[in-house]
Amino acid sequence: MILRVAIIICLSFALAGCSEDVDPNEPTGFIQVKGSDTIVNAAQKISEEFMKEYPHVFVAVTGGGSGVGIASLINKNCDVATASREMKPKEIEIALARGVTPKEFTVAYDGVAVIVNENNPIDKLAIEDLHNIFTGKATNWRQFGGKDLGILILSREVSSGTHIYFKEEVVQLGKKGSTEEFSEQTLLLSSSQAIVEEVAANEAAIGYLGMGYVSERTKALMIGKDDVACLPDVDNVRQKKYPLSRPLYFYTNGEPEGVTKLIMDFTLGPKGQQQFIETGFVPTGETVGKEG
Amino acid sequence: MAKKVSEYVIEACIKLSGLVVIIFVVSIFLFLLKDSLSLFGVHSVRDFLFGTRWLPISEPPKFGVIPLFLGSLYVTLGAIILCVPVGIGAAMFIAEVAPQYLKNILKSLIEILAAIPSVVLGFIGIVWLGPFLRETLGLKTGMCGLTGSLLLAFMALPTVISISEDAIISVPKTYREAAFGLGATRWQTLWRIILPASSSGIIAAVMLGIGRVIGETMVVMMVTGNSPVIPKSLLLPLRTLTATVAGEMGETVSGSEHYFALFAVGLILFIITFIINLIADVCLRRARK
Repeated sequence: MILRVAIIICLSFALAGCSEDVDPNEPTGFIQVKGSDTIVNAAQKISEEFMKEYPHVFVAVTGGGSGVGIASLINKNCDVATASREMKPKEIEIALARGVTPKEFTVAYDGVAVIVNENNPIDKLAIEDLHNIFTGKATNWRQFGGKDLGILILSREVSSGTHIYFKEEVVQLGKKGSTEEFSEQTLLLSSSQAIVEEVAANEAAIGYLGMGYVSERTKALMIGKDDVACLPDVDNVRQKKYPLSRPLYFYTNGEPEGVTKLIMDFTLGPKGQQQFIETGFVPTGETVGKEG
Repeated sequence: MAKKVSEYVIEACIKLSGLVVIIFVVSIFLFLLKDSLSLFGVHSVRDFLFGTRWLPISEPPKFGVIPLFLGSLYVTLGAIILCVPVGIGAAMFIAEVAPQYLKNILKSLIEILAAIPSVVLGFIGIVWLGPFLRETLGLKTGMCGLTGSLLLAFMALPTVISISEDAIISVPKTYREAAFGLGATRWQTLWRIILPASSSGIIAAVMLGIGRVIGETMVVMMVTGNSPVIPKSLLLPLRTLTATVAGEMGETVSGSEHYFALFAVGLILFIITFIINLIADVCLRRARK
């Protein structure tokens, strides 16, 4: 009796999978999108819209960090790697050695926002100030006209593209060959959300993240370079006025084909770009990817 | 005849399942060893074991395991110091003092405690315990070793309680009768007779608790701040061996130096837990004699 029930249950599962009639011209398949935590919300929205348009293609989106996405592209574990930084020459070399030819698409632009607690009186900092804070040379908010309070530095884990971007642009001030590191006291948190939580709760904290994560619970600082300071918002990033602006990338293995091509076209098309706008990023005008 | 054959088959199957465990452990060890040794082809063993900085993505990368090892050690010691007195006390209460109905309630509650997923505890740590400790102790941040130790102590409690309780219960009844016969009070019996008699079992409980704590990943990754710095105090952020492997494994390309370095970290963890379990096993064996 039990056996019979088990068989019926198994059969019903097996049949459920093929009960639907699929138009043979309809694209079907499975796409694994993996990578940047900065873009994960945008990628999730794109995949939802994409699946509305192509109901027989299943898209799975996971975050973890740009490094995670690039590593799994190289390890052939994903179809599209999302990244908030460019692939390093070393990574491209390893990829080519494994028969993976990464092709780069710029999908949107982002500003890296620096956030502090709402009760922090400071509104703007220069890049050099940020450099001094994040390398541990300045340790008290008083030095910048704030309260007499030790600075708590928050950073993302090393797998984050934003971590690497920030390290290059702020900690090392964009100098090639610089060996400066984040201060030893830096907390490495595993997600952008964890940074938001800690900054919202702790007056001493300062952290950085993609501007899509800026919320009303924290305060984004105006960042100054060459005597001009501005907030990370869509206009300032579009006009390249905000100093910590950067492109966001999707990578595929070689020229995208089949369903992967469909999702790339969708992402770069108006509907995909609309999702970036809705999640707080700046859309790109270009629709043609450049060779990576 | 048929019975004999089936018996033979069953016996072989059972033998095989026993052997499978051994094969698994040995092959995991060899697997870790193989990939760790690949690291030492390009990176010196000394720099790994005694290096004081962990900078995996710098040029050149530094893989010094000391900050991570000390991070794990601090958190584990903190957790054990917090959890052992409470755990043994609870075990004594459940085994010797509590009335039957309370015993049943407590035992099932402890089982529920063991079933709480670690990610839930980590979440509680981030939103409640961390900020609470920061405000009450006036810390710079609540993401520190102490938060991790408290949550891990909580996680190790069920292990410590149930194994200690078993050890206390298994003390022969004659010991108690003899103690009472000599006019000892209940407390004297418990403290001077039963506890020493069950000490091997209790040490085993503590060891297994340590094993539970040192291998825990999710909680420490969420609440300890993960700064790869040699911790000067439990009230500062630190980074453990497990959190390092979990936090960085995803982004390493298989076959890279960083990948092998994480395997070497895994090997160290494996050796530590192996030694701890061995001690626990020896103690349990002695307790049974």
